[in-house]
Amino acid sequence: MLPKRLQATDLAYYLLLPLVLAFSLYPFAYAIASSFKQGSALFSSDFWPKSWSAANYVAVFAEQPFGQNLLNSVLVAGGVVLLSLTVSLLAAYALGRVQFRGRGVLMMTILGVSMFPQVAILSGLFELISWLGLYDSLWALVLSDLIFTLPFTVWVLVTFMRELPRELEEAALMDGAGVLTVIFRIFLPLLWPAVAATSLLAFIAAWNEFLFALTFTLSGEQRTVPVAIALISGASSYELPWGNIMAASVIVTVPLIVLVLIFQRQIVSGLTAGAVKG
Amino acid sequence: MSSPTLTASLPAGGALSSLQRSRQRMAWLLVLPSLLVLLAIAGLPLARTFFMSLTDAQLSDLSARQFVGLANYIGDAGVLADPQWWEAVRNTLWFALLSVSLETVFGLGVALMLNHPSPLKALLRAAVLVPWAIPTVVSAKMWTWMLHDQFGVINAMLLSAGLIDAPLAWTADPDLAFATIVLVDVWKTTPFMALLILAALQMVPGDCYEAARVDGVPTWSVFVNITLPLITPAVLVAMIFRTLDALRVFDLIYVMTSNSRSTKSMSVYVREQLIDFQLAGYGSAAATLLFLLIALITLCYMALARRRMEGH
Repeated sequence: MLPKRLQATDLAYYLLLPLVLAFSLYPFAYAIASSFKQGSALFSSDFWPKSWSAANYVAVFAEQPFGQNLLNSVLVAGGVVLLSLTVSLLAAYALGRVQFRGRGVLMMTILGVSMFPQVAILSGLFELISWLGLYDSLWALVLSDLIFTLPFTVWVLVTFMRELPRELEEAALMDGAGVLTVIFRIFLPLLWPAVAATSLLAFIAAWNEFLFALTFTLSGEQRTVPVAIALISGASSYELPWGNIMAASVIVTVPLIVLVLIFQRQIVSGLTAGAVKG
Repeated sequence: MSSPTLTASLPAGGALSSLQRSRQRMAWLLVLPSLLVLLAIAGLPLARTFFMSLTDAQLSDLSARQFVGLANYIGDAGVLADPQWWEAVRNTLWFALLSVSLETVFGLGVALMLNHPSPLKALLRAAVLVPWAIPTVVSAKMWTWMLHDQFGVINAMLLSAGLIDAPLAWTADPDLAFATIVLVDVWKTTPFMALLILAALQMVPGDCYEAARVDGVPTWSVFVNITLPLITPAVLVAMIFRTLDALRVFDLIYVMTSNSRSTKSMSVYVREQLIDFQLAGYGSAAATLLFLLIALITLCYMALARRRMEGH
């Protein structure tokens, strides 16, 4: 069925579409183009480089322990995801499927923690981390990143746990299965899409974390990538090696964009479960 | 309630109520690890931060400290007497207000576009997700490069379009730096807003639109009278989330304009006192004030949102 006349909304849509696409995509496209420019080409106003050069990519790894920084980020974000998922699956089962006194208060407390400003506990956390002897170690970051990933994973998993059928659980319990078997053997496989989305969102949050990583690490070898990129410096503050910075930016962002585009459906459902239903 | 729970389905009885009790005990055991972790890494540090704010502790040696009461707050050299603190408070509040308002307006626009039937829908959604997926530090660096006063592509574009006569110092000029920070934040977070609003739009029942279309109600009127009231609660929730996020803004400002007073946020101020100046006591006092301020704003916002929702 064709509309009789072109609707005003269609007109607006096709007028705005190129604008939105350009505004969303141009900055990263420009970063990619810059990362392949060498020497004075970086300062010319051409969009694409006249001759493509990978020299910036080589320099990023040569001039600082960027490989180590990447590994650090993977270890920290991976560790954070693993820990928060394990702990929060247990809590989500209890909070989502068992009626008990204090449940509402617990949920609100956990939500409260996720809302609070991380910088407000910086000195207390610094003290805790020095006391545990974890200053300038990756464990300090794993521990502190749990502050924002754990409440988030608990809340999202609770909303998904609630929707699972009761019969499955009853049958398993009648057969004498323990509660851990129910959670990890029966529910976990069913929750797979939700767990994937939650893990990815928690991974991204930990991967991007900057404040704790900047404050609790000191040596270049312990830095995660956001800190490494922020601290790339040149001979003077007016001579930042922009080619290297753009190359490093592209390296850490491309995997994220690929993951996000592959899992876009799950991510949208995870985000909305965490925010709208919560 | 509607959530399926095992206990609710079991008939009452002596033996079963002991089963119920053991199930509730088990629930607490399962929640315990999460609670202990949060208590250790959030509750305890929060309490310690408050305690430190009453002392003159230095970060280099936290144990050598003396109790100074409220001097870090209301003393002559206290946080409340520092004009830079108040500047940071003003910057943060303006930043949150401006960026969240702009994000809501643009987010609503993008959400309506994402909800519009079109063969390019998938492309648009993928494109909109890109700014969201980019780490804040990277987006700050990318924009700093594009806005570079000498070699930046934005100045080159504006100059060749004849919109400006001389290159602008986007991040260095105190009059421009604040607007620049807001612009970059809006670019990065509008997708989040758009996705949440889109989810709300998709929950509006289709027959609402169908009935309005049959009656010949104009599109704009449908939007104002049907769509907007139905999505308002979800938009408010999204705005609360974004406001709390904006009030603790750190990465963007630290990377783009760390030494400019005109953009310093409360979080940047607190970290500067604590880490750069090593003033653990004074910095903790600022941190506590920041915490109280954000808690207060959260409570007001929630009360307001609740009244708004009940009003409809």
